[in-house]
Amino acid sequence: MEETVKLKKAKKTRVIPGFKLTMGITVTMLSLIVLIPLASVMVYSLKLPPSEFIKLITKQNVVYAFTTSIVCSFIAAVINVIFGVILAWTLVKYDFPGKRILDGFIELPFALPTAVAGITLSKMYSDTGILGKPLAAIGIKVSYTHLGIIVALIFIGIPFVVRNVQPVLEKLDGQYEEAAYILGASPSKTFFKVILPELRPAILTGFGLAFARGIGEYGSVIYISGNSAKEHTQVVSYVIMQKLSYIDYASATAIALVMLVISFLLLFAINVIQMKQAKRTNNI
Amino acid sequence: MADDKNRMGKVMNEQEKFEKRKKITKYVLITISVLFVFFMLVMPLFCIVSSSLKQGLGFYFKSVSSKYVVSALKVTLFATVIAVVINTFFGLCAAWVTTKFSFKGKQVLATLIDIPFSISPVIVGLAFLMTFGRLGWFYPVIRWFNSVFGANVRIAFAIPGVVLATIFVTFPFVSREIIPVLNAQGKDEEEAAALMGAGGFKIFFKITFPQIKWALIYGIILCTSRALGEFGAVNALSKTRGETFTLPLEIDALYMSGTENSITAAFAASSILVIIAVVVLVLRNILEYRAKKKGQEQAAS
Repeated sequence: MEETVKLKKAKKTRVIPGFKLTMGITVTMLSLIVLIPLASVMVYSLKLPPSEFIKLITKQNVVYAFTTSIVCSFIAAVINVIFGVILAWTLVKYDFPGKRILDGFIELPFALPTAVAGITLSKMYSDTGILGKPLAAIGIKVSYTHLGIIVALIFIGIPFVVRNVQPVLEKLDGQYEEAAYILGASPSKTFFKVILPELRPAILTGFGLAFARGIGEYGSVIYISGNSAKEHTQVVSYVIMQKLSYIDYASATAIALVMLVISFLLLFAINVIQMKQAKRTNNI
Repeated sequence: MADDKNRMGKVMNEQEKFEKRKKITKYVLITISVLFVFFMLVMPLFCIVSSSLKQGLGFYFKSVSSKYVVSALKVTLFATVIAVVINTFFGLCAAWVTTKFSFKGKQVLATLIDIPFSISPVIVGLAFLMTFGRLGWFYPVIRWFNSVFGANVRIAFAIPGVVLATIFVTFPFVSREIIPVLNAQGKDEEEAAALMGAGGFKIFFKITFPQIKWALIYGIILCTSRALGEFGAVNALSKTRGETFTLPLEIDALYMSGTENSITAAFAASSILVIIAVVVLVLRNILEYRAKKKGQEQAAS
C-alpha cells in the first residue's frame, strides 16, 4: 500500500524539464488560433433568440442542404468502406507488380488541393468529359446531380478508410484464419465471421472520418454539384458561403453551429471507438 | 488402406479447389483495386495534365505567368511559409507536453488540438470573420489601434486573415505526426538525461530530435501541401483578386469565368499545385520506405 502511494508520488514529480513552458505555449496558441475564433461563432449564434434560430435553420433550402450533405456523405462513406477494405486487403495480402505505385496513389486526395480536385472531377464527368460522355450516352448524368456529389465525396474519403484498415490488417495474425479454415469454415465465412469483426473498429473509424469530412466538404464538391436550389444539389458548406456573400451573418452562424455540433458528435464517437479499441488490444 | 487413399485424394482435391478459389479471389480483388484506383485517382491526374496543355505549351506558360497567377502564387507561398513555421513550433511544443508528462485533461487537450481536422473549412473562414470582421468582438480593438497609431491594420479580407485561416486548417499536422513516434519511444532516455543534469534544450536536441527527425519532416511536408491548397477557409476571408487571392482562389476565379481559355488557364494554374502534390506523394513514399526498412533492421538486430 505504502509502496503504491510512493510510486504515485514519484510519478507526480516531473523529472523532464519544460512542462510549464510547453504547456503554456500549447494552450495559448490553441486558444488564440482555434478556440477563440470558434467560440465567436458559438457566442454570436447563441445570441439569436431561439425562435429566430429555429426559423433560420428550418428554412426549406437549409433543410434540403443538410439532407443532401448528410445523405450523400453517408452513401459515399459506405461505398468507401467497401472499396477501402478491398484496397487495404489487396495491398496487405497480395504481391503484384505496381503495388507500391497503387499504394502511393491512395494518398492523392490528401495531397491534391480540394479546388483542383473539384474542377477536375467536374470536367471529367460533364457531358463532354472523358468519363461523362460515355456515361451520358447510356443515360447516366453525373456532373450537376447528386451522383456527382457522391463521386466527389468518394474521391476525398477513400484514403481515410484504407489508411485506417491497412495497419490493423497488417498486424492481424494469420492463425485465426488458419484455425477457421481447419475447423471447416468457408473462405467467405472466415472473412465475415473471423476477420471482419477484428477490423470493425478500424472500419468504423475510417467510416466516421470519411463521413465527417464529407459533411463539411466544400472545394471538391461545389463545382460538380451544380448548386441548384431547385434540384437540391446545394451542400451545407455552399449555403454557408452563400449566406456570407449576402452578408447574412445570422443565418451563416446558425447553420454553422448546427454543423459544428454534428462534427463534434462524430469526433466524439470516433474517439470512443478508438479508446475501446485501445483497451481491447491492451487486454490481449 | 483404399479408404484412406480415397480420403487423402478427397482432401487433396478440396485443397486444390480451395487454392484455386483463393487464386481467383486474389485476381478479382487486384482487378477491382486497380480499376478503382485508375478511374478514381489516376484518371483525374491525367485529366488535369491534358486539360492544362489543351491549347499548347505557349498558352500554358502564358497562363502560368499571368499577373494574377503570379500574385496569387506569392500570397500562397507567404501564407504557407508562416503557417509551416508557426505550426512546426506549436507541433513540437504540443508533442512534448502530451508525450513527456502525465497530467489531468491530457485526452481533452489532444482532442482539442485535433479539432481543425473535423471542421468544415468554410466554418473556419466564418469563425475568423466573426472574430475580426465588422461584427466581431475584436473589431473595436483593431479600430482603436488604427486610430491611436494612425495605422491601417486589417485582418478580415486582407493578408493577415488569409494567413490565420491557413494556420488554423494546418494546425495539428506536425504534432499529429510526431506524437505517435514519441509515444512509442517512451520517456526513459529523457528522464535519465534530466537526472544526469542535462538542460531542456540539450535533452531535446541530443535525444528527442534524432528520434522524431523523419516524422517531423513528414509533418512539415503534409502541412506545406495542405497550406498551399487551402480553399474554403480562405475563400470566406479574401475578396480581392490580384491582391489577397491565393492560388486556389485564382483557380476558382479562372474556372468560374467559364470561357474555354480561362478554363484551360485554370488547369494550367492547377498544374503548379499538382506538381507539388506529386512531389509530396513521392517524398511520403520514400520516407515511409526508409522508416519501414529501419524498423526491419532494428527487428533483425
